[in-house]
Amino acid sequence: MLIVSCPCCGVTAEETEFHAHGEAHITRHAMDASDEQMETYLFMRKNPKGVHFERWRHQNGCGKWFHMARDTATLEVFGTYSAQTLAPPEDLLAEIDAKRPGWRDRA
Amino acid sequence: MSTRLATGGRLVNTSKTVTFRFNGKHMDGYEGDTLASALLANDQMLVGRSFKYHRPRGIVAAGPEEPNGLVNLGEEGRFEPNARVTTTELFEGLTAQSQNHWPSLEFDVGAINQHLSRFLPAGFYYKMFIHPRPLWKHVYEPIIRHSAGLGRAPKTRDVDTYEHFYAFCDVLVVGGGVAGLEAARTAALSGARVIVLEQTAHWGGRTPVDGGDINDMSAQEWIDATIAELAAMENVTLRTRTMGSGVYDHGYVLGYEQLTDHTSSKSGPRHRLWRIRAGHVITATGAIERPLSFAGNDIPGVMLAAAVRDYVVNFGVSVGDRTVVVTNNDDAYLTAIALKHAGLDVPAILDARVLPQDSEVMAQAKALGIRVLMGHAVSSVLGGKRVTGVAVCSQAGEGAVLEEISCDAVAMSGGWSPVVHLWSHCGGKLKWDTLNACFSPDPDRAPLGADGMQFVSTAGAASGVFALDDLLNEAFAAADGTLRCLGKKLPRDATASQGERREEAPMAPVWLMPQGASVKLREKAWLDYQNDVKVSDVRLAAQEGFVSVEHAKRYTTLGMATDQGKLSNINGLATLANALGEEIPSVGTTTFRPPYHPISMGAIAGEARDAAFQPLRRTALHEWHEANGAKWEPVGQWRRPYAYVRGGESTHDAVMREVTNTREKLGLLDASTLGKLIVKGPDAGKFLDLLYTNMMSTLKIGKCRYGLMCNDNGFLIDDGVVARIDEDTWLCHTTTGGAESIHAHMEEWLQTEWWDMKVFVANVTEQYTQIAVVGPNARTALERLGGMDVSKEALGFMEWADGEIGGFKVRVYRISFSGELSYEIAVDAGQGQAFWDALMVVGVELGVMPYGTECLHILRAEKGFIMIGDETDGTVIPQDLNLHWALSKKKDDYLGKRAHLRSHMADPNRWKLVGLETTDGSVLPDGAYAVGEGNNANGQRNMIGRVTSSYHSPTLGKGIAMGLVLHGPERMGEVLEFPGTDGKTYNARIVDPVFYDKEGEKQNV
Amino acid sequence: MSEAISALKNASFETGIAQIREMGAVGMITLRGDLSAKPLQKAAVAAAGVNLPDPRQCQTQGQGGMAWMSPDELLILCAYEDAHAKLADLQEKLAKYHALAVNVSDARAMFEIRGPHARGVLAKLAPVDLSPAAFTTGMFRRTRIAQVPAAFWLHKEDVFHVVCFRSVAQYVFDVLSIAAQSGSEVGVFQR
Repeated sequence: MLIVSCPCCGVTAEETEFHAHGEAHITRHAMDASDEQMETYLFMRKNPKGVHFERWRHQNGCGKWFHMARDTATLEVFGTYSAQTLAPPEDLLAEIDAKRPGWRDRA
Repeated sequence: MSTRLATGGRLVNTSKTVTFRFNGKHMDGYEGDTLASALLANDQMLVGRSFKYHRPRGIVAAGPEEPNGLVNLGEEGRFEPNARVTTTELFEGLTAQSQNHWPSLEFDVGAINQHLSRFLPAGFYYKMFIHPRPLWKHVYEPIIRHSAGLGRAPKTRDVDTYEHFYAFCDVLVVGGGVAGLEAARTAALSGARVIVLEQTAHWGGRTPVDGGDINDMSAQEWIDATIAELAAMENVTLRTRTMGSGVYDHGYVLGYEQLTDHTSSKSGPRHRLWRIRAGHVITATGAIERPLSFAGNDIPGVMLAAAVRDYVVNFGVSVGDRTVVVTNNDDAYLTAIALKHAGLDVPAILDARVLPQDSEVMAQAKALGIRVLMGHAVSSVLGGKRVTGVAVCSQAGEGAVLEEISCDAVAMSGGWSPVVHLWSHCGGKLKWDTLNACFSPDPDRAPLGADGMQFVSTAGAASGVFALDDLLNEAFAAADGTLRCLGKKLPRDATASQGERREEAPMAPVWLMPQGASVKLREKAWLDYQNDVKVSDVRLAAQEGFVSVEHAKRYTTLGMATDQGKLSNINGLATLANALGEEIPSVGTTTFRPPYHPISMGAIAGEARDAAFQPLRRTALHEWHEANGAKWEPVGQWRRPYAYVRGGESTHDAVMREVTNTREKLGLLDASTLGKLIVKGPDAGKFLDLLYTNMMSTLKIGKCRYGLMCNDNGFLIDDGVVARIDEDTWLCHTTTGGAESIHAHMEEWLQTEWWDMKVFVANVTEQYTQIAVVGPNARTALERLGGMDVSKEALGFMEWADGEIGGFKVRVYRISFSGELSYEIAVDAGQGQAFWDALMVVGVELGVMPYGTECLHILRAEKGFIMIGDETDGTVIPQDLNLHWALSKKKDDYLGKRAHLRSHMADPNRWKLVGLETTDGSVLPDGAYAVGEGNNANGQRNMIGRVTSSYHSPTLGKGIAMGLVLHGPERMGEVLEFPGTDGKTYNARIVDPVFYDKEGEKQNV
Repeated sequence: MSEAISALKNASFETGIAQIREMGAVGMITLRGDLSAKPLQKAAVAAAGVNLPDPRQCQTQGQGGMAWMSPDELLILCAYEDAHAKLADLQEKLAKYHALAVNVSDARAMFEIRGPHARGVLAKLAPVDLSPAAFTTGMFRRTRIAQVPAAFWLHKEDVFHVVCFRSVAQYVFDVLSIAAQSGSEVGVFQR
């Protein structure tokens, strides 16, 4: 069972306080989208062995959504960060680059 | 015979006799005994029958690795099967019964199986019972179920209570032997928060039995001093009778504390499951001695050498008067020496090794006059229900008997295996240690924690370090390394405790005794006692192609019993490797999974049983409902009254009465469970326009509007009435199940997609008791209570107002889910009961009756109102339900709008909502399917629709239903066939789904 | 109006290792907004009668108090009877700002766990480090108690106050009572 640090309220707690909500940084498509874009938006999800960016909610806590960068194989948590962003922060990406060279090619 | 010695027994209090019963027989033991030591003291060597062949089996070990000594422990509410005698502490009044025999332990009919063992090889059940297949369910399985199994299942409820406990520490040390204590002492010196768990009732592990001084004190003195030192430290928690059961991700460890199992008075919880989060875990779990594989190694009286020593030293119990020791290492000599010191006879030590010179313990043994036969082995053990002697042979040969030595016990040692389970649970890998012929933790491939760094270390024998001096140094180093991982420092003057050095001769791996043992001997050489797996079975598995260790394990069931192969795994792997002609490390190990040792189901459940099994949500009127005949309906975690049943009335009658009364007079519904979300902010209108399919921003203050919500897949997820409270505030009603999920849904979009919007949401569902006052007399009732103007002119249909009624501060919504004149009135929940009481009193003359959820359903179905969860199932879109009117065409975007254009959503062949009426007035089975022309690929009739809601309507005097039907709205009047699960076929006509008051006149008065 | 009835009518469990007591009707107002905005801070402090709490803290003074719920949410505590008036006052003061204040007094139940084993009792149900070194007076934590969301703070040594949803008050009372059953002292937080 993971331990997770909520970047919104600052609490570090076990996984039972949280809920995972799948892949992060999905672009919402709406009326002007093609069928292919809609299919990708609604259904296509990554399932990497390794670095993954996820949406989580501090459900039994402050109730806020946030993002987490995690290794799905080793369960190492690289970091958590705000949900109000379109991409992971640069310093976190640099840290992941250092720890998992070449991960971007596999992602 | 096994018996209690006149002296000795460091753990027993010989001044305190404890009486217990085994198989109905009264026996005596001492305080401090385990059930195993007490049974042996009463010469009860035979404790059970084996699983498959029903062979007589005796106690083999002295700890949790014991494979044979399993009993049904206790009675009635405290009955527990498969309790291990070696880990069960004796207490006054304990009762135990041996398992897996009939009619008795001494005489067992099933023992015929052992004579059939040639016909019951590995995989017998797989081979035998696969054909013919139908026989499995009705013939084979019931017979096998009856004859298989160890303990009995409990028949009465568990009377004990259980609990969890969340604990946090920097360093968790699992194991309170000298290595664990040294590691804990070292870690604690840094100021780190340390928890130490010891599975037994005693600190110090094996060392007090095995001997050796530490820091120039006896082992026991050092242990006592160290415990006193640790107990005095604020940062240390010590716990005996608490097993480290499993190591999980990110430093999560389960500890299993047995609180009352060892006592006669059972007050307080029985077990406590420690849910520990540790910065770093040090497993100092020791090692387990391996049996040797020789013929007859399962005959009662054959025991692990260290266990024989434990019984003598710890409990003053002799396993036999004459004990032959058979070994491949020095450690077993300690047993011979201990037996001699206790005045018992050791006719010979059979040592499989051939050594150039005597080691320290060999010289000691010889000095005590013990005959030591090097290069010798057991050809076979003589005896049936008890050892009577051993036939001696050369280890190098094929088993030719050189002599027979009479004895009543055999102490065997095949070397020691570190307990690597906890290291391995969370991904720690192992390496093969050639010197000690065992798998030990590979520190280069440790379990990794949340930060990607090592979070488990091992100390002492668990690391594969066995000598006392080395082991203490290693434990100190393990703790030091752990502290460095945690960024903590040892005081500069901290040093490791110094253990006494003892020179030992190296052990020699022996996987079969003698090494060239014939088939006949191999068939009697047991690997797994509990599951009855022999050397010959593993060889057969290899021959038949089960070359993977995981496959061979499952085929032979080696290591799959309740002891999970603590004694058998390494011997089994070595046997498999030999049969395959491979090296042991290349065969590898099976997977170690928690728990280390079985833990109770009660401990896992904790407080979650009976009333606390799961949370039940209650409205403020719950007690009133209960006192007034409510039949409960679970709605999520809520309990809502299904109907209020009066004396002499069936539930169905009650529902019919409630419907008729509400239509004709006055009904009250507790609608408090419906979700109420306040949405406020400058962008609230814009936000709600995106969430609902219809337009909410244009709703006038004081007005209500029914709204639909889809997810972005286009599927309907919720519905409810939205009220505009003021310029920037809306109140959204959700379904009962939707209060939390729709609140989360709103927050999700606000926080993760439209975070620039200025909107706040608050869930105020439970702030209010909401009562629906429904029926032709509703207005009169409210007027008689007095207060605000509730006339049609002042408060029209689909309007709301704040005010006072009967002295209560209320918010009144004129909305109707029944088609009747209806007011939904919200009052602070703390006033809910009083307001309900006031309505019931004023309603007496107006024919008031409370009504439940089934009545609510019938009222809404008569009106053709859909219900989320009945008409929808996560695959239904508004268009399917003819709700086009609620899909705004003016809005550029809302959740689900684009998805509705996808080809499958726009498919004209989607099933659509219609009303259904049986041709004979009966009630259609809920969920029944309509069948059409032709068959599908499976030869089943093609389905063209299904029933989504179905009730008997007392208003119309017939069955009414709604359903989704292919081209339904275009097929009005057509009669469809609905085959029921009762064998009957129901015929129903497609009709308009609004059965009652189609013009909506009754609700708008 | 009649007198308000709390979820469990002041039920208590007195025979265990800690006293469990439902605290009756308590005034509570949820305030959401920009917690760094001066007008909001001023209005909140006026309503609660205490200073603005730091993150993960609860300030109390008599019946008044204020807990930090999340980066944009406060929970204001007051006498039950005062909640409506204080809410109206807050709404008036914050009318010009983007903020949301709602009365949640009746939507909640509040319990007290009292006694030298209070930490041990709560640590059986909440996955939180409640050791004296880690959880000090005034700390506030939103988490779960057994299977339901809840919040609690250490009111003073040996006294926790617990807030949960009204609908699950009986469940929370039941699990607290089980955790406080006699003979169940864990004894790690006492010396």
